[in-house]
Amino acid sequence: MSLEHNDDTALLASAVREAYEQAAPVEIVAGGTRRAFGRAPTGTPLSVARHAGIVAYDPSEFVVTVRAGTPIVALEDILAREGQVLTADVPRFGAASTIGGALAVGLTGPGRPYSGALRDAVLGMRLISGTGEVVRFGGQVLKNVAGFDVSRLMVGAYGTLGLLLDVSLRTARRPEAEAVVRLERSWPAARVALRQWESALPLTGACYAGGVLHVRLAGLAPRVAEARRVIGGETGDMAVFTDLRDLRGVFFERPGDLWRLLVPPESPWDPEDTVIDWAGAQRFWRVAGDATVVYELAARLRGQAMRLLCADRGVGPWVLPPPATMALMARVKAAMDPRAILNRGRLYPDW
Amino acid sequence: MSQTVEPSHHPWPAAFMRRLRRILPADGLLQKPTEVAVYECDGLPVYRVRPRAVVLPRTAAEVGQVLALCAEYQVPVVARGAGTGLSGGALPHPEGVVLSLARLNRILALDPDNRIARLEPGVRNLAVSEAARPHGLFYAPDPSSQIACTIGGNVAENAGGVHCLKYGLTTHNVLALKFFDAEGTLHEVGGPTGEWPLDLAALLTGSEGLLGVVVEVTVRLWPKPPATVAYLAAFRSLEAAAACVSEVVALGIIPAGLELMDGLALSAAQDYTGIPYPEGSAAVVLAEVDGDDLTVALEGDRLRAIFTAQGAFAVEQAVSDEDRRRLWLGRKSAFPAVGRLAPDYYCMDGTIPRRSLVPVLTEIGALSRRYELPVANVFHAGDGNLHPLILYDAAIPGQLVQVEALGADILRLCLAHGGTISGEHGVGVEKLDGMCAQFTAAELAIFHALKSAFDPHHLLNPGKAVPTPARCVEAGGMHVHGGHQPFPHLERF
Ligand SMILES: Cc1cc2nc3c(=O)[nH]c(=O)nc-3n(C[C@H](O)[C@H](O)[C@H](O)COP(=O)(O)OP(=O)(O)OC[C@H]3O[C@@H](n4cnc5c(N)ncnc54)[C@H](O)[C@@H]3O)c2cc1C
Repeated sequence: MSLEHNDDTALLASAVREAYEQAAPVEIVAGGTRRAFGRAPTGTPLSVARHAGIVAYDPSEFVVTVRAGTPIVALEDILAREGQVLTADVPRFGAASTIGGALAVGLTGPGRPYSGALRDAVLGMRLISGTGEVVRFGGQVLKNVAGFDVSRLMVGAYGTLGLLLDVSLRTARRPEAEAVVRLERSWPAARVALRQWESALPLTGACYAGGVLHVRLAGLAPRVAEARRVIGGETGDMAVFTDLRDLRGVFFERPGDLWRLLVPPESPWDPEDTVIDWAGAQRFWRVAGDATVVYELAARLRGQAMRLLCADRGVGPWVLPPPATMALMARVKAAMDPRAILNRGRLYPDW
Repeated sequence: MSQTVEPSHHPWPAAFMRRLRRILPADGLLQKPTEVAVYECDGLPVYRVRPRAVVLPRTAAEVGQVLALCAEYQVPVVARGAGTGLSGGALPHPEGVVLSLARLNRILALDPDNRIARLEPGVRNLAVSEAARPHGLFYAPDPSSQIACTIGGNVAENAGGVHCLKYGLTTHNVLALKFFDAEGTLHEVGGPTGEWPLDLAALLTGSEGLLGVVVEVTVRLWPKPPATVAYLAAFRSLEAAAACVSEVVALGIIPAGLELMDGLALSAAQDYTGIPYPEGSAAVVLAEVDGDDLTVALEGDRLRAIFTAQGAFAVEQAVSDEDRRRLWLGRKSAFPAVGRLAPDYYCMDGTIPRRSLVPVLTEIGALSRRYELPVANVFHAGDGNLHPLILYDAAIPGQLVQVEALGADILRLCLAHGGTISGEHGVGVEKLDGMCAQFTAAELAIFHALKSAFDPHHLLNPGKAVPTPARCVEAGGMHVHGGHQPFPHLERF
C-alpha cells in the first residue's frame, strides 16, 4: 500500500483556530471507520486524513513518529520492511483506519495483557488544542517525567481534548515465529493453566468462547515450539485473534449493543454468551435494550462496563461517574478545549 | 551545608490551628523546630525550608479533612512520602503545611489470583514485593531507593527502576487511584484494567503532588519468572560499554534490566561493597534476563555474543539468588558509594535516545574536564536514562553555582539529542528552568490550566514542577543558572 506523505499542520491549526474564534464545533474525522463509536458529535467535519506519513523512524531505536492520518496498515507495511511491528495490538476496521483514530478511541486488541495497552506504547504526541495552538507533550524517549502526561490522557478521550497531529510509538522486533493453539477446557481450568503459562511461556493472546480456550504464542522459534509442546491442544486459527481485535466474526454480528466488561480476570464465565478476551480481564457482550443487566453484572464482578457500540447514538460509552468527578473531568476538558469545539458531544453531552 | 529558609512570620488564624488539631490524632501535628527539622528537605538537601507545621494523619478521611480545612484558609499543602525525592518535590512551603502520608502504610488487599494489590500511599515500595513474594509475585518498578520510598511518592514521580525496561514504569503498573483534589473532594479513577473515560490516573502519575493527594493505589503484580540470570560485561572504555548497550537495543533484545557503570562509579562501589570488579574495567554493563529456562538460555547466548563482539574482556554470570544479589549490590548501592568520594554530589536525570549514548557520554566527559568537576555515571542505560553524578564540595564558595552550570549544560545536551530533562526524578524545584527550555509558553499554559482544574487556588505544592511564564521570560530559558537566584521557586503563582 502506498502512503502519501503530507504535513497539514498549518491548515488544521488554522481551521481549529477559526472554529475556536467562532465557537463553532468541528467533528474530527480521518478514515471514518470509527464514526459509529461514541455519541454522535455535533459540528462540521474536519478531516485529518491528508495529514499522513512518517515524521521520523529510526529502526535501531524502536520508535516511530507518525502523522495521525496514516492508515494503520500502511504504517505496518513500513515497519515490516525493517522486520518490526508496533508493540501494541491495534484494532483496525478496514484499510482506511488511521492511527489517529485508533488512539482517540483507545482500544487495544487481545495482545493487551502481554504487550501492553495502546496508551503504553505512546511516548509523546503533538496535537492541536481547542484554542488552535500546536503543542507537544512527551517525546521520543522511553522515560520522560517533565510535565504532566498529557499524551497518555489523549488516548481514549475520543478526540474531545485535542486534535492529534503526530504520535511517537514504540515498536518491537517482529516475532520469529507465531502459533495459535486451541484447547477444550472449562473456564476455571483454563484460568489455572493460563496463570501457570503466563510466567514462563511467550503468550501474546488468550481468549475463550463457547468452551474453547485459544492461546496465541509468538517469539523465538524454539520458544514457540517448546511452548506448543508444554501447552498441548490442537493447532488453532490465527484469525480468531485478528477477528477479535477488529470486532469481526459471528459473535460481533449478533444484534444488540456491544458491551465491554472490564473485570478481574478470575471472574466466572457467566453468562455464557459472552466472549472472554485479555485472558479473562475483558468480556464482550451483545445485549439488546435495557442495560441494567450489564451494569448489575459489572457491579457484581467489581468491574466496569463500557458500551462500545450503541444503537441509540445519544448514549455514550461510559456511565456518568459521581458528580464531583464528572465536574473534575469537565474542568480537564475545559483546560484543553475551553469552548468545547472538538468532537462536542462525542463522549458526554455538551462537551 | 546550605542555608535553611525560615517559615513565614504571619501567624495562621487561631481557628485554623484549633480545627487542625481537632482533625488529627494527638501525636499527629508537629511544630517544634526539633520535630520538624527532618522535614526541611528531601533527597536534594541543597534546598531547605523549615515547615511551619507537619501533619501526620492516620486515615484517608483525616487527609480529606486536612485538605478541606487548608482550602478554607488558603494554606498551601505539600504532600510527602518518605522524602527520598531527588528534585525538591517535597520541599516545604514557607507558608504551608507538610502533609505526611507515612502513617497511611497498610496493604489493604493482596489478590494473588487476579494479581493486584491495593495499597495505602505510605506503603514502602519494597514492602509490596515482600508481601507478594509468598504468592510467587512481585511489584515491578524498583527504584534504587525502594527500601525507603513510598508508593504514593512513586506515583507522584512516576518512578522507574532497573526492571522498568521490560516491565514498565509506575504509570504502566497502576490500575486505579483514589485521590483528594485541593478542596478535599475524593475521586476514584481506574479499574481492573486501568481504564477510565479520561485517563486521570495517568495525569496524576508523575504530577509531583500538584494535582491531588493520592490516598489509595491499586497496582498490578507480575508472576516471578522461573529463572533469572544476571550478566556483568567488563569493557576497557566507557565508549565501548555504551556502544554495547546501543547494540543490544538495536538488535531488539529487551532484557529485564540493562545498566551501565563507569570507572569512577566502579571504584566507588568496589570500595563500598568490597566486591571486586574485573581488573582493568573502565566500565561495565549489567544485564539481566528472565523467563523459563529456555528463554534464559537463548537470550543469554545472544547477549554473550554481543558482549564479545563489542569487545568485552570479561563476562561474569550469576544464577543463584545470592550470586545475583552480589552482582547487583554495587549498582544498587552506587549512589551512597559515590557519595563517599566527595562531600556532596548532584544527581542528574536526563534521558536520551539510546543511539546517542556514545556521543552524549563522550561530551559529558569533556564537560567534566572543562568544569574541573568529576562526574560518575551509573544509570539505566537500556532506556537511555542518564544519571551523571557531579561530585563537589558545597563548602567551597561558588562551587554549587559551577555544578548547576555543568548540570544545565548536560540537560541542554540531552535536549539537543532529542531527549528530556527528567527521566524519573521529576522537575520539583530543581529543573524549573529546564522546563522553560523543553516547553513552549502554550504548552506551559496547558499545564497551568490542568493544574487549575484540580486545584483552582494553587494550594497543592505551589511553585513546583511547572514554571510560570514570567519566570521563563525572566530566566531567558536555562541561562538563569549562571546567576543562581536563591529560592526563586517560592513565589506563588
Ligand atoms: C539513593 C536514591 C536512589 C534513587 N533511585 C531512584 C530510581 O532508581 N528511580 C526513581 O525513579 N527514583 C529514584 N530515586 C528518587 C525517589 O526515591 C523517587 O522519586 C521516589 O518515588 C520518591 O518517593 P518518596 O516516598 O520518597 O516521595 P517524596 O520524596 O516524599 O515526595 C516526592 C513527590 O511526591 C509528592 N507526593 C508524595 N506522596 C504523595 C501522595 N500520596 N500524593 C500526592 N503526592 C505525593 C511530594 O509532594 C513530592 O512532590 C532515588 C532516590 C534516592 C535517594
